[in-house]
Amino acid sequence: MASPTTPPPTYQQPNDRGYYGQFGGAFIPEMLYPNVEELRQHYLSIMAEPAFQQQYQQLLRDYVGRPTPLFEAKRLSARYNTRIYLKREDLCHTGAHKVNNTVGQILLAQRLGKTRIIAETGAGQHGVATATVCALMGMECIVYMGEVDMERQKPNVYRMRLLGAEVRPALSGSRTLKDATNEAIRDWISNPVDTHYIIGSVVGPHPYPDLVARLQAVISEEMRKQLLEKTGSELPDYVVACVGGGSNAAGAFYHFLEEPSVQLVAVEAAGHGVHSGHSAATSVLGTPGIIHGSRTLLMQDADGQITEPYSISAGLDYPGIGPLHAFLSDAKRARFISIEDEAALKAVAECSRLEGIIPALETAHALAALGQLGAGPDDVVVINLSGRGDKDLETYIKYADSIM
Amino acid sequence: MNRIKNAFAKKQKNLLNMYFTAGYPRLHDTVPILKALSEAGADLIEIGMPFSDPLADGPVIQASSTVALANGMNLRVLFEQLKDIRQQVPETPILLMGYLNPVMQFGVDDFCREAAAAGADGVILPDLPLDDYVAEYQHIFRRHNLRPVFLITPQTAPERIRRIDELTESFLYLVSGPGTTGGANTQAEGVQEAYFRRIEAMNLRNPRLIGFGIGDQASFRHACQYAEGAIIGSALIRALEGAQDAPAAAAQFVTSVLN
Repeated sequence: MASPTTPPPTYQQPNDRGYYGQFGGAFIPEMLYPNVEELRQHYLSIMAEPAFQQQYQQLLRDYVGRPTPLFEAKRLSARYNTRIYLKREDLCHTGAHKVNNTVGQILLAQRLGKTRIIAETGAGQHGVATATVCALMGMECIVYMGEVDMERQKPNVYRMRLLGAEVRPALSGSRTLKDATNEAIRDWISNPVDTHYIIGSVVGPHPYPDLVARLQAVISEEMRKQLLEKTGSELPDYVVACVGGGSNAAGAFYHFLEEPSVQLVAVEAAGHGVHSGHSAATSVLGTPGIIHGSRTLLMQDADGQITEPYSISAGLDYPGIGPLHAFLSDAKRARFISIEDEAALKAVAECSRLEGIIPALETAHALAALGQLGAGPDDVVVINLSGRGDKDLETYIKYADSIM
Repeated sequence: MNRIKNAFAKKQKNLLNMYFTAGYPRLHDTVPILKALSEAGADLIEIGMPFSDPLADGPVIQASSTVALANGMNLRVLFEQLKDIRQQVPETPILLMGYLNPVMQFGVDDFCREAAAAGADGVILPDLPLDDYVAEYQHIFRRHNLRPVFLITPQTAPERIRRIDELTESFLYLVSGPGTTGGANTQAEGVQEAYFRRIEAMNLRNPRLIGFGIGDQASFRHACQYAEGAIIGSALIRALEGAQDAPAAAAQFVTSVLN
């Protein structure tokens, strides 16, 4: 088994070969080696350049709308008898946290001399965020999306097209996020010189998990400042986020990873039930294996064939989790909770009615975990409100009976 | 005895390496197709170990893998099918091609032992990183006398090609251009030839076979001008699709390439 050459110094940082504990690495065909190696050699130095930082910070402020508010959710707090704060990533431009990453990666792509951008998308939020920055920078953009997801997240397909991106359906497998990622990787194999692949989550071969985590880390960086202002302490008792691949959770956890007093809670999609055969609860059902170029926990059969996940939420419908999260689960640094479709739908209604905020289906899984935290009246709970629910309206109408 | 070395010693030019997916089109076609390919004149044979998510493969091999998995193919079944293959196909080198995850779940050591016992000579795992191979697996491969084959692409740097050549005791798999298996050559006139000549001029230790996008006699002969031989996969799979008699179709395909 591939093992790290040196132990990781912290939870935050993978080692030089991209390993978090036993998870990570770069299991890619030779066709991708030069691209991934180019990125690995340059991402840290480019991101450290003052000119990059200045442009990135300026775009986060003036284009994305950062910092996003930390909102004290008083009615939800009363309902769960604890102190709940919502980190409003839904207020980011394009309606979710995904744009934090795409803004950073497009600047990186420009500095690497790339002219063509590809991306995969599940719920369409990462696709929209990629199409958005490509429009901003005048770059060609192709987004791969599972055919099933194109159907259940139609508004985002139209948004991407309006932004000038080409949306290509992934027709293999379960025709969801995993298959869209396969197609994006195949595109990159076919276009190795001019193309940068903007991966949307903390998945894929090293350095992607670290790159995306660093670009999303602004979420927890802001949380610490805002918590100090609002509660008198930078450290909450709980940070809760949903996990598909795990980018919003990585961003929300990042600056708390080395703070043992902060309980990190990752919420996965249980679909129809963890053991129903229709689930995406990777931390429970997954075993170590290789998916999309990294060694992580993934849902597979005894022969090592990757099995088809299921979740009502397109953004959580993924058979793996990022290697950082696999490590956090393995090391018990984060607690993993699984939430079924129906509970997520109920949480949509609850948040909408109590706080006047309609959350995305993915985010609703994190909200639905509130009752399971065991948080006391004086505990501070931060929920990463990763995205808004407009894209899911069709689903919410379809399941109106369960929601209302 | 080393069947791969013998094959290249016996014939220095125009070696034909045929790829097909185990368990396709029907579960028990593996051995009959293998025999047919060998008897029709294939110099080396690659057996694809089907995987649910074959990242380096185009739609044709993906589809054949899906069918093979639905047919019930897995490594245990494959090794069982190949059990007596060396009594039937004594000389033709057999390489197993697939992806790392099923091999890891089987256990790399168990996989190598079973593969060698079943008569395989080499293994091609495109997503096995070179450094991981050296650090973790080289001694296991060697213990079972299994030879790894690594891919080289137009973007592979010269020093990396040298390193791959050093680690190889079989042949080098030259990927003809950007793209997954079964795609057409979309490169500008002369670009591909310049790449083949550049590799040829490096005077590497190992012979070279060109693969990806080779699908008929014309493309096979063209590739053979720049290397010891070439690899055909997707075009054979297309010929097997829907064939009444898959082994006969396989033999006919080889004949169409060679004669």
